[in-house]
Amino acid sequence: MTAIPLRPPRRLVDLTLDGEPVRAPEDSTLLDACRAAGKDIPTLCQGDTLTPKNACRVCVVEVEGARTLAPACSRRVEQGMEVRTDTERARHSRKVVLELLASSTDMSTTPRAAEWIEEYGAEPDRFGADAARVDEEPKVDNDLYVRDYDKCILCYKCVDACGEQWQNTFAIAVAGRGFDARISTEHDAPLTDSACVYCGNCIEVCPTGALSFKTEFDMREAGTWNEAAQTETTTVCAYCGVGCNLTLHVQENEIVKVTSPHDNPVTHGNLCIKGRFGYQHVQNHAQNRD
Amino acid sequence: MARNRQRNRQQKQYPRLTHPLVRDSVSGELRRASWDEALSRAAAGFRAVTAAHGPDAFGMFSCARATNEMNYVAQKFTRVVIGTNNVDSCNRTCHAPSVAGLSAVFGSGGGTSSYGEVEDTDLIVMWGSNARFAHPIFFHHVLKGIHNGARMYAVDPRRTSTAEWAESWLGLNVGTDIPLAHAVGREIIHSGLANRAFIEHATTGFEEYAAHVEPWTPSVAEKVTGVPAEAIRDLAHAYATAERAQLCWTLGITEHHNGTDNVRALINLSLLTGHIGRYGCGLQPLRGQNNVQGGGDMGAIPNRLPGFQDILDPPIRSKFERAWDVVIQPRYGLNLTEMFEAMEAGELRAVYCVGENPAQSEADTEQAVRRLESLEHLVVQDIFLTRTAELADVVLPATAGWCETEGTTTNSERRVQRVRKAVEPPGEAREDIDIICELARRLGHDWKFEGAEEVWNELRDVSPDHFGMTYERLEEHQGIQWPCPSTDRLEPTYLHSRLWESDPALRGPLAPFGPVKHDPPVDLTDDAFPIRLTTGRRLDSYNTGVQSGGFASPLRRGEYIELCPEDAARYRVEAEERVRVSSRRGSVVAPVWIDPGLRPGLAFMTMHFPDEVDTNSLTIEANCPIAGTAEFKASAIRIEKIPVTAVRS
Repeated sequence: MTAIPLRPPRRLVDLTLDGEPVRAPEDSTLLDACRAAGKDIPTLCQGDTLTPKNACRVCVVEVEGARTLAPACSRRVEQGMEVRTDTERARHSRKVVLELLASSTDMSTTPRAAEWIEEYGAEPDRFGADAARVDEEPKVDNDLYVRDYDKCILCYKCVDACGEQWQNTFAIAVAGRGFDARISTEHDAPLTDSACVYCGNCIEVCPTGALSFKTEFDMREAGTWNEAAQTETTTVCAYCGVGCNLTLHVQENEIVKVTSPHDNPVTHGNLCIKGRFGYQHVQNHAQNRD
Repeated sequence: MARNRQRNRQQKQYPRLTHPLVRDSVSGELRRASWDEALSRAAAGFRAVTAAHGPDAFGMFSCARATNEMNYVAQKFTRVVIGTNNVDSCNRTCHAPSVAGLSAVFGSGGGTSSYGEVEDTDLIVMWGSNARFAHPIFFHHVLKGIHNGARMYAVDPRRTSTAEWAESWLGLNVGTDIPLAHAVGREIIHSGLANRAFIEHATTGFEEYAAHVEPWTPSVAEKVTGVPAEAIRDLAHAYATAERAQLCWTLGITEHHNGTDNVRALINLSLLTGHIGRYGCGLQPLRGQNNVQGGGDMGAIPNRLPGFQDILDPPIRSKFERAWDVVIQPRYGLNLTEMFEAMEAGELRAVYCVGENPAQSEADTEQAVRRLESLEHLVVQDIFLTRTAELADVVLPATAGWCETEGTTTNSERRVQRVRKAVEPPGEAREDIDIICELARRLGHDWKFEGAEEVWNELRDVSPDHFGMTYERLEEHQGIQWPCPSTDRLEPTYLHSRLWESDPALRGPLAPFGPVKHDPPVDLTDDAFPIRLTTGRRLDSYNTGVQSGGFASPLRRGEYIELCPEDAARYRVEAEERVRVSSRRGSVVAPVWIDPGLRPGLAFMTMHFPDEVDTNSLTIEANCPIAGTAEFKASAIRIEKIPVTAVRS
């Protein structure tokens, strides 16, 4: 039987970033190298636990000698590479990407979107009032998740997390073409009639809040969601013996959301339904019968 | 045939305990009490029983869900304050055979490899394990391995969602794991695929083992196990020829009356092929509770002191006697199963039960409740008023270990990880360690710990395997796997590389083959009870449901008796029809669910909804003589239609 080869140790390669010499492990990406050097490159479809999909193009940089701009999230470092991260051409490309996305989808819950729109001078309104928008009502068909495709930028991260990169449940995929493309369950059935196992690993990777926990969705609707007042504490799940690390997001002494550190060797940011949602039992604070 | 219909069921929700409760007379109700009153009563009861009947009339049920620090203090309370070794936890109902089997062969009861190694292996055998449901994030590592090119074999009576990912599913009859393992071993030997060099170098008892497995030809094994001879051969060749192979198991191996023998039968295969002590190779029992590994490591078991050190070893005992300034009984205490038997005999009269629910989790629950009721003094410390707590004389409200306290837990790959306080506990609930120390103080031991880290450091001083794990390092490395004897280096992710050392001194004790014999399930099927019932877990629920009942799972559908389509037709029952399910011990009514993954003669139930359907009133209390684990996985039942008495309108 064929043995599965083990990886040899990685070597370091030399390259320059904006003229500065840096070293990065072979097989790492330009984005890894940029972040290691303290450069802030915007990303949306990139996920630290996922294979790059190159869907959004907001992270593009210029590589000396290349005809086109390179997505930093997927382009690997090479010996002697000369990379420029902040050229006029790269900045212009990022600006247009942000304009197109923000004109068609609701980016109000996308972390840092407003900051980038300002930084790159993007004007999402410049396509006029007739610019096509998704305009869909949030899908609330179960007690745990909400899917608000008005906020979806079709980055495919949820599909990859649900599919063969992590969960291997394959409950969702892309349906439709062009502007009508949507992330969908089979036959667009409610989640409760789909293959979904409610692990929440799609929500863990969603960059825009299109997928959210119902606790967060309801609190946002009620105007009580307040991230500034939340604490995040990483502990260990109380169910099986696998020992998944849970980050408990707590607001006013109530657990309101559960995530997992993406660099954790046990979970890589993934959980199951029990770890993700099974915390309610500690919060049943009703007084006992005496 | 009617279709199975998913019902979104809400389960009984247990409110948190927020203040202590006491009972004034045997027939009285539990009433609210102050902490001082409750603690004084709890202590007085323990004092009275041990004064009259000696320390061995006391038993501690420690908690496989609480932190290592709590388990350390609980076992210290048992050994120092009371003076007995009667301390155990619900590891007895699940993986005690794994610990017993592994420590008998290798001297250490932990799984031998790490999750990450499963991704780098060539062959994965999932034996009696539906990890896809019961250990979903471990199964992510298995899936990575499969995508990397590893082949996976599933051995399970049910064609589970784990088996759906397998190269081959070996659907064996319940309780025939030893014949199957022996047939695999015999095939490996007869095909010349045994790792002779490793066997001679690192093991003992091979000749006897070979003689033992000799009768189990693939065709004989096919008759007993129901697995086609060709599939047995295929598994044998795949396992023996793999460069690296992982053998993983769960309760399908351990929850039998001969669970430890089952574990030994699997370990034999790793010795036969040398799939042990190397990167990517090993044995992984997947533990069922967040800290069932740690509870045992901390000495909250009747035969080991903290650090999994043997009580019978005089230098070890005297080390602890010096550290604790106490005389430790030089013999093993009673395990959980034996404690229940001692209640029956009137020898065990007081129990301190921390975070366990044996009134619902033990096999043959009616018997368990009767025995608990016979106690003179029962103190239950929990976050809920469980069925067990309802029987108590004193109920002490505790904090939820995983989110309301600081500490550590130890997972299935021996990784000790930090647990942190994220929320304030409700009402007057107090931390387990605080409560135990209060009781110790009332019983004459002035214990004081300035937080969990002080407990941990005390443990580090007496446990070489944990010495190198400071809280600071645990934080830095996102947990550290034991053994970790040094504060300045980390050990390999796998155990027992010593077996490959050429220097006999470094190699240490050789690993013995276990010449174990097939012994079919105790509860035989016959004309009166023709169906084999096996039990297990579902994805979204957990054990007795006290914890998992709290959230609104869209997957939850309540308890069912699950049958294959052939049996449903044979007994003329339909999906959703309520039927009577009876064993030689009890009888319940449950609706029918049709699962084509079951085979004729095999039924399945969970233990998640005991308030609706008490599955464990059907199961048999037939215990593994070595580890004390009951045979939850094999009961004989019959199914009867319920006569329609009401007139339909």
